[in-house]
Amino acid sequence: MNDPRPRGGGLIACIVATIAVTAYVIALLVVESQIGILILLAGGVAAVLAAARFGVLARVGEGLARRENTLHLLAVVGVVVATAFFHEDHFILLMMATVILYVLATLGLNVQFGFTGVLNFAGASFFGVGCYTAAVLSMHTAVPHILVLLIGGLMAALIGSILLLPVLRTRGHYAAVVTIAFALLFKTFLEVNDVLGGPQGLRVAGMNLFGWEFNDNIQIGENLELSFYVNYIVLGLILLGLAFAFVRRLERSWIGLNLDAIRLDDTAAACFGLNIARWKITAFTIGNFLTGVAGGLYAMMLGFIAPTNFTFGDSLILVSIVLLGGIGNVWGLVVATTIVIILPEKLQAIQEYRFLLYGAMVILMLLFRPEGLLPRPLRRYFPGWQPR
Amino acid sequence: MNRPPPPLLVASDLSKLFGGVVALDTLNLEVRANDILGLIGPNGSGKTTFFNVVTGIYPATSGRVTFDGAEITGFSTQAVYRSGISRTFQRSRLSLPLSVFDNIMVGNHKRLNQGLWFNLVRRGAFREEFEANFEEARTLIRVFDAPLAERMFEAVAGFPMIDRRRIEICRALISHPKLLLLDEPSAGMTHDETSALMDDILEVKARFKDLTIVIVEHEMGVIERITNRCVVLNFGQKICEGTYQEVSRDRQVQEAYLGIE
Repeated sequence: MNDPRPRGGGLIACIVATIAVTAYVIALLVVESQIGILILLAGGVAAVLAAARFGVLARVGEGLARRENTLHLLAVVGVVVATAFFHEDHFILLMMATVILYVLATLGLNVQFGFTGVLNFAGASFFGVGCYTAAVLSMHTAVPHILVLLIGGLMAALIGSILLLPVLRTRGHYAAVVTIAFALLFKTFLEVNDVLGGPQGLRVAGMNLFGWEFNDNIQIGENLELSFYVNYIVLGLILLGLAFAFVRRLERSWIGLNLDAIRLDDTAAACFGLNIARWKITAFTIGNFLTGVAGGLYAMMLGFIAPTNFTFGDSLILVSIVLLGGIGNVWGLVVATTIVIILPEKLQAIQEYRFLLYGAMVILMLLFRPEGLLPRPLRRYFPGWQPR
Repeated sequence: MNRPPPPLLVASDLSKLFGGVVALDTLNLEVRANDILGLIGPNGSGKTTFFNVVTGIYPATSGRVTFDGAEITGFSTQAVYRSGISRTFQRSRLSLPLSVFDNIMVGNHKRLNQGLWFNLVRRGAFREEFEANFEEARTLIRVFDAPLAERMFEAVAGFPMIDRRRIEICRALISHPKLLLLDEPSAGMTHDETSALMDDILEVKARFKDLTIVIVEHEMGVIERITNRCVVLNFGQKICEGTYQEVSRDRQVQEAYLGIE
């Protein structure tokens, strides 16, 4: 208020930081040798620690928080540059698309757990509902595929409503146990259900958006061919952008405040007229919808789904992303998902032990930095708004 | 002669049992409009239980509560709040990670537009409501402490106890309740802080003419200074009522507090 000029890093510093992060991620994806990756990881950690030590991190963070639109633009440009760089590498583009869709799914979990405090250990199940909806509708009906994604989200929200009664009647750990039970039941149900393909799973048609076949490589001119995964990255990024804006608005409204108040002290919240059930239902439904939409597109991208994709372990991965990233912080999800998805793929040595790694990361995080990698900032209803 | 106004809050034969423990025992109690009523009594005499039963946190075992001419027995906490009663808690129950403004707005729930469409899509209208409420909250908190009004977007966790009490009272006042229940506002504060907070409460009472306050308190100096009437509870029953001077001379009250046989 006293200083109208934005403090913190200038625009140039923010751009430099984005270039550095993009270059680093690209390097991490390019390097194949295990030693090289370990060196890069160590270098990355050291660079972040050094930047934090000298206050660079705080300044750039503050600068970006003050220029949210710039931050969003830079993030999209970063993804586009990385996509262009790997334009024909199927495997790496698949990883990038997976990260995007997992961020979308964990956005839903973030509304439930991060904002409202409703622990959902069945995230992968609701993701799976989206996947199976996409499989059935895309193979057996002529429903336009963009609607299939929407229906996948609605189905996840609908099936989630089965859990509403037990979740509302229990608190904390007990509600979590209910969702664990659901996650286990869901996978068993898929395995024994022949209509849904049983343990073999189902084939899923590729996305077709008004005649634009997503499973064809993109031919540009004579000798430039882009991997078909680029299609999924583009659509995933658009959906993620919409969901991101939606969750941000939710957070920066009276509703976001209600959700926080219920998480922090539901007795006090009830004494000020908050209808606990109404807001928990709202958050749970919105969360499952987002997770289901992510699942729908994920299934179309993979082309094949089976019950083993939706185990309790997969749900745990989603929860650990929210914990690692910084409970309630939407940008934390991006960072945490990138680490959780890409690290085990690149470090083959730890692939077998990925759950051990996630467990250790979550325990270390909760012990030494319980607010997560990127702690959630205080709510600003309108960023940059200053009282008169 | 003017007839006295009807009492704002009436508890008739109100009882609350926790298993075999009788926390409120056929309590009959009236709160007159515009009073600052002190509710006193030894530990475990049922003062906080009375607040919890009135606000709907605990259901009454038997008896009735009427507020402003209408029965509110068995109302949910939400319905009690909407009818115009708000409260503070003995152990401060603010949301520490949230900002001062956020905490106060939780108390304003019934006056804020909670529609999904309004909150998510009509951001221009939302912004107007937000700015109007910010001004109102800032004006209210200035009654307590002007510097605090400049720190509306800081986390409550960073404030000392006296400021937290002020914020908690603002949260209860922002919705313009008819009745304010203060549960031991001096708990955990020094003598000087308590004194400053009582100045604030008297200032609030001077500004909101129609506000009625019930205050549970152990500090007799506080009770003597700010209340115009007192009710003394012991074992869940009313043993005495009157001005502070009257009740402090009462033999039953002295027995309850000092154990005189």
